[in-house]
Amino acid sequence: MVRCFLIHTVCPVSALSAGESRVLYSRVFGPDDGVLSERHRDFSPEERRLLQKERVTAVARQVRSAISLSREASGRLIVETLPGEENLALQDADCGVVRLRAGDPFSEETSALWLGVQSLGFTLVCEPHENLLLAEGTLRNLTRHCLEHLHMLGQGSEVLLKSNRIDVLLSRLLPHGQLLFLNHRFAQSLEKEVAAYMAK
Amino acid sequence: MYSHASESLIKQAREIQESELQKFYSRLMKMLQGKELGHDTVDSLQRLHLILSATKYTRTLPLELQKRFVALLSSPAEQHQVLSTAVLRETLPLTGQELNYNQDNLGQLNSHAAGLLLSQAVSKGDLSSLCTQLLRNLESRPSEGPTHSLMHTLPVLNNVLTHSPECLSEDQMTLVSKKLVDWLRYASVMQGVGTSSGGFFTGPRSRQPVPIAELDGSVSGDFFTVLCVGQGFTEDQWMNVYSFSMLRHWLLTYHSSCSTVDAANRLQLSLSVSHSFSNDDRSEVDGSVVSMVSATSSSSRLLPPKERLREKAFQYCQRLIEQSDRKAHKKTDTELQKACLVEAVCILDCVCAEDASLVYRTFPCIKALFGRLSSELSNARVLLPIAQFYLNHGEMAAVDCENVWKVVFGRFPTELFNDPFLAHELLRFLRLNVESIELRVPQYTLYFPNLLKFLAWDSPAMVDDFVDLLPSMVTTGTAVELLHTLLDLPCLSATLVLQHRSTCLPISEPVGRSFVSLDAFRNPSFRGLFLFVLRTEAGSGDTIDRLSTLHELLVEAADWPRVTQCARTVPVLLHIFFNTIVTIADEKLLAHLILVMLERSSLLLNIPAYIKEIHRVFSCHLLRLCKLHPSLVVNQSHELLEFAGSTANVYSKEELYTHVVWVLGEYLSVSCDSRCSVSLITSCFEALEAVLFEITSSAPPTGTVCPAPKVINTLMSALAKLASRSHDLIPRVSLFLSKLRTVTRSGSVAWCSDEEDLVAIVTRGEELWSLLKAPGVAQSVLTPPPHVIAPQWHRDTNVALPLQLRALTSLTHSQ
Repeated sequence: MVRCFLIHTVCPVSALSAGESRVLYSRVFGPDDGVLSERHRDFSPEERRLLQKERVTAVARQVRSAISLSREASGRLIVETLPGEENLALQDADCGVVRLRAGDPFSEETSALWLGVQSLGFTLVCEPHENLLLAEGTLRNLTRHCLEHLHMLGQGSEVLLKSNRIDVLLSRLLPHGQLLFLNHRFAQSLEKEVAAYMAK
Repeated sequence: MYSHASESLIKQAREIQESELQKFYSRLMKMLQGKELGHDTVDSLQRLHLILSATKYTRTLPLELQKRFVALLSSPAEQHQVLSTAVLRETLPLTGQELNYNQDNLGQLNSHAAGLLLSQAVSKGDLSSLCTQLLRNLESRPSEGPTHSLMHTLPVLNNVLTHSPECLSEDQMTLVSKKLVDWLRYASVMQGVGTSSGGFFTGPRSRQPVPIAELDGSVSGDFFTVLCVGQGFTEDQWMNVYSFSMLRHWLLTYHSSCSTVDAANRLQLSLSVSHSFSNDDRSEVDGSVVSMVSATSSSSRLLPPKERLREKAFQYCQRLIEQSDRKAHKKTDTELQKACLVEAVCILDCVCAEDASLVYRTFPCIKALFGRLSSELSNARVLLPIAQFYLNHGEMAAVDCENVWKVVFGRFPTELFNDPFLAHELLRFLRLNVESIELRVPQYTLYFPNLLKFLAWDSPAMVDDFVDLLPSMVTTGTAVELLHTLLDLPCLSATLVLQHRSTCLPISEPVGRSFVSLDAFRNPSFRGLFLFVLRTEAGSGDTIDRLSTLHELLVEAADWPRVTQCARTVPVLLHIFFNTIVTIADEKLLAHLILVMLERSSLLLNIPAYIKEIHRVFSCHLLRLCKLHPSLVVNQSHELLEFAGSTANVYSKEELYTHVVWVLGEYLSVSCDSRCSVSLITSCFEALEAVLFEITSSAPPTGTVCPAPKVINTLMSALAKLASRSHDLIPRVSLFLSKLRTVTRSGSVAWCSDEEDLVAIVTRGEELWSLLKAPGVAQSVLTPPPHVIAPQWHRDTNVALPLQLRALTSLTHSQ
């Protein structure tokens, strides 16, 4: 299962300290981590929500750090692409995976797959036994759709104001965090549904 | 991509005033009164969502508004469902009856509402109720109704299983197992009607039914799987996809490999074996065209549901493996075939663990797959689950696994060190199976030069895994070579960069910056050096003679980011190495390691902070080793003296020098090793005395700083300790110390820049001088015997007596 999907900044943000990342979209699948275990029984719902937000921010921070170190090592220059060149942006994107140890921040060990598209990062946090080949393909597909449907290569803020589109995208391609083995026909069918929703 | 506009939107959302927010709420309430939601309403709802989610502190909605959203959850329009779910997710759940998990209409939950319920579950009871409702819906579905409502059942179920496998009862597990069997094995083999923009519709079909096709276009000859295509899909074909997507997790959760559990289940379920003949079971309706896979399953009808699922899973995976050999028309499908292979092999591994008799049926297929894939590097990630299968079941099937390990340990790190996903998966495989690998793959410990390439290329991502794995790579046979390799990791990193550049840049292309190192890499006369660094296995030599040449060639690599990132990880790995080696090494090996430390302290790639850090690590562990085995000092006295007698080392390796002098002073004595002779002590004394004279009589050489007071103090203390063991030397020490006092009385000195430091040195000198005036006492004070410094409590007769008296007194005066 996928634990969560995030879209976050990997460029410096003036309002934040260096190394911090602004989370633009986050979706955690399933009940709260640790809510069913003994130690979190005493937390109020507000505290649990706060903890979950902090966990998501912790993941974003770690991925941001991984992306900047990876870019520093490879010495590649980040080229801004224009709207309409989503496929090129995706081709140029760097990718990798971060091992998140048990407790940091989820109670069990997880793997955070990331895709760095210019100044933004797209991250999928998976359970350790997950099929990472499938996860990688799914992440690329999700990223492509987000870039296209939310016009993310431009200067707009649709990722913040039209997040319901990402919700629908996830409900088809990653329902409740389930990675799906979709051949091109199944994928087409689902993408048609998503496109129909976006057109409204 | 990320603009000022977005940043200011978030700021506004966070800083919205309470009064403005309340106004917004009442405006929204009015907008939501109507049945339809216009564009303005949708925009406002999105803004509400932004306001709620932009801050980590929870805002509460007015009760009426929240209730309205709850009502919207069950609206037939998806947009309503999505927007209300998004808003409710960011607020606290209502404590009233509105979202009761036991409601009957939960069965009609749409996917978004189900997701919301799932995320707000706070107890296992909540999850159990949710499961019960979903499964009830599954069992008794109305014939009309939107078919999509079934599809989210399996993903939600799978999510629940991740957090709480006990939520399903035995009966529920049986039900799901049977459904999974039906969907996996007996889904329709005819294409569904082509979809339009809505859901499926059950109108009269205008064409003849067409059979499903394979990915290469040919007509399918066996049951439906995720690698089959059609113009449209029937509902059970969709469920086939969802079922396979969760199959591995289901098997891992509920199918234990304990055979006694299976036997008990079999007994229990033998009473209910009539279930398999119920109306729901479509095993009577087999496809008319049967391939090799299904032919062997004739008797599976009589198996209990769990075993039946296992058998069907086995068949499904075998079919997938067959299908993956076909050449798909689309690139995404080729990628899917690989992912399916990984999943299929993992599931086969799982079922074989459960039922060992399946191993003999499975191995030929896995072997053939390995043979087919091992030649192409692009299949590397598929070969890892195959390696896992060999590791788990190879011994049982008495199969030779040599080739597999040659590929995994020998080839992958050499050629694919820069693939982050492969690196992650391979190292994870090692971490999870390290005990099994140590047992069954003894040559694993020889492959560290190859495996370290992953770390040298991408240190930040890999260091965590190596912190866990390094102890397994430390053996007494390869320890020295491993130490040399760790110290030269930055060289490995630089070499890999050069190799990478060499393959990317054609030889004739002029390079912008001067790449002396790249030329050297391509120069045949230096080939041997680089080949040694890039070797795949240990055993051909601890290190090379021309190491200094290699360092000179790579001098410009010292500021390459990859190399500096790698250099930062070496100290922590060295700590782990030494911590591990002390538990298994004998004194001879430890002595050898000390020699390596002394030798390499001047033979490191010149990255400024790196050399200093390594010296610090060496100092720490030299101390530790000598403390554990004091006789090492006498054993290696020759080399230690050579090091300590060289004045240049005071300036270039201050920290390490200080520690060498300290261990000499502390452990060069008869009480540590009976072979310590008077002449040894005297020669050590003379060497240290000479250095001390030299550094306190002149300014430091140009380009270096004055030696820290710690060095001088340590030298003086060492001399005093040695003198206390051989009293003839005391006059010489006293002479030096008095001279020191005279010299410093006249004011500043060239070899010490700070006045306070000078005072500290002189004070120490005077303490030692007065101590040496009483030679008998000096030895016990400067080098206390172990039983004095180790607390002994009641075992110490001096301490015990008062304790005993006190105990007796309290006993006799009990009133």
